[in-house]
Amino acid sequence: MSAPQLLAGPDPSRGSERRAEHVARLGPLPKGGHALIELLVRTGLTGRGGAGFPVGLKWRAVAAASHGSAVVIANGAEGEPHSRKDRLLMTSRPHLILDGAMLAAASVNAKQVVLYIGEEHHAAMRSMSGALTERTEHERRMVRIVAAPPRYVAGDSSATVHLVDAGIATPTTTPPSPRDRGVGGAATLVQNVETLAHVAVIARTGIATDTVLITVAGGVRAPGVFEVNVGTPLGGAVQLAGGASEPVRAVLVGGYFGQWVEPAEAWSLPLDPHALRARGLSLGCGVIGLVPASHCAVCEVAGIMRYLASESSAQCGPCFFGLRALADACTRIAERGTDPGDLQRLQRWSAEVQGRGACKHPDGVVMFLQSAMKTFGDDFAHHPAHIRRSA
Amino acid sequence: MTKQFELVVDRIKCDGRGLCAEILPERIRLDSWGYPIVAPGPIPEHLMGLAARAVDDCPVLAIALRRAQVQKQRPK
Ligand SMILES: Cc1cc2nc3c(=O)[nH]c(=O)nc-3n(C[C@H](O)[C@H](O)[C@H](O)COP(=O)(O)O)c2cc1C
Ligand code: SF4
Repeated sequence: MSAPQLLAGPDPSRGSERRAEHVARLGPLPKGGHALIELLVRTGLTGRGGAGFPVGLKWRAVAAASHGSAVVIANGAEGEPHSRKDRLLMTSRPHLILDGAMLAAASVNAKQVVLYIGEEHHAAMRSMSGALTERTEHERRMVRIVAAPPRYVAGDSSATVHLVDAGIATPTTTPPSPRDRGVGGAATLVQNVETLAHVAVIARTGIATDTVLITVAGGVRAPGVFEVNVGTPLGGAVQLAGGASEPVRAVLVGGYFGQWVEPAEAWSLPLDPHALRARGLSLGCGVIGLVPASHCAVCEVAGIMRYLASESSAQCGPCFFGLRALADACTRIAERGTDPGDLQRLQRWSAEVQGRGACKHPDGVVMFLQSAMKTFGDDFAHHPAHIRRSA
Repeated sequence: MTKQFELVVDRIKCDGRGLCAEILPERIRLDSWGYPIVAPGPIPEHLMGLAARAVDDCPVLAIALRRAQVQKQRPK
């Protein structure tokens, strides 16, 4: 973990950094605008909320659609169950996020900024609202905080707009995309809070940041959030988390919309959004989850599938019914043992669900399941009947 | 070249009544739960009349014709 850039300065465990300290450490807020957008395009910064979209290109698009009344949403929903990095950043470096949000507002010509924060992230909420009181009067007028319910899909960009506009944190049909028509019909830039923190650093240094925040979870001795250099091998992040606590069956790279990788391949994977993409993987929201060999992979997958199915916003038939059917089939295999019919149904239903929701929730779930069935192919094909331990 | 159209379903409005698949089975079939799966790509000229009827007859106005678009990557 050489030279942190987002978490440089006081130890994050000391809590919310005050504005005076932040400014003394990093200097005043530089100017946003066209030049910053082009700088972001050149640095190749990609979003840290999951989809990994190029930041500069999105800013260009929102700036072009803005007509001087765009809206910026800083996405701190962090609905991914094992992710902690957005909370750590909001609780310890609120001014970095606010700087990034103000730079975004200046660059895309926005009049409003929304800090969209998961309502159960109490410390993050306190830190961000406390930091806001330390900002200029002009900034305080522009920025407001909106509390998001603790649901997986509440962090989807169209859901953030829907909650701000109508008080309902469910996704809406796109097009129109929020960047064309978002809050109150205005062009809206939705950007993850870590992404905005990177922008705050890049705007000051003029060069690309070369770190990412990683949450290491599951079978490690000291789970937590680590800022690692881009390109650090995945095994290096696991070492920072105290190493594996027991032999590892597989690693889930990128959170629940990510992919399963065998340990032998996983340790050397570079934690680099571009390099992972080139290998057909994704850093996603930066969660690295280790599943111990003592756990049954099929039961693990079935449990996550039940969770993801229950997080459908139940608006689209194929997502609501399809994910439930997929989760049920996984659970049947987990509890009663492999049935070839269920294996076929998993394939057929996956294909039917793919691409048929208003949002990308079903696509993410299908990707997760397909990857599980590939990595745990033998386990799925020969799973014995065992009754799930009841809670 | 003449204008080309494709069918798009609003997944949130659609509640799986299935009328569209009865009117235009050449392009629309129903999935395991009764929701329409639309064949990708532009509607052939000779099916445009039926496609328009599928759009008009949907009880919840969930299906529409729109100008066929070239897919390109767009930010969400
Ligand atoms: C079901 C679903 C849940 C999502 N949850 C979050 C979330 O909790 N936080 C987040 O930043 N992005 C989340 N996203 C991604 C957002 O839609 C959006 O891409 C992101 O906030 C854009 O910021 P970025 O480009 O900086 O990553 C979610 C997407 C989907 C489809
Ligand atoms: S695809 Fe699923 S999660 Fe997304 S809006 Fe439709 S029902 Fe909700």
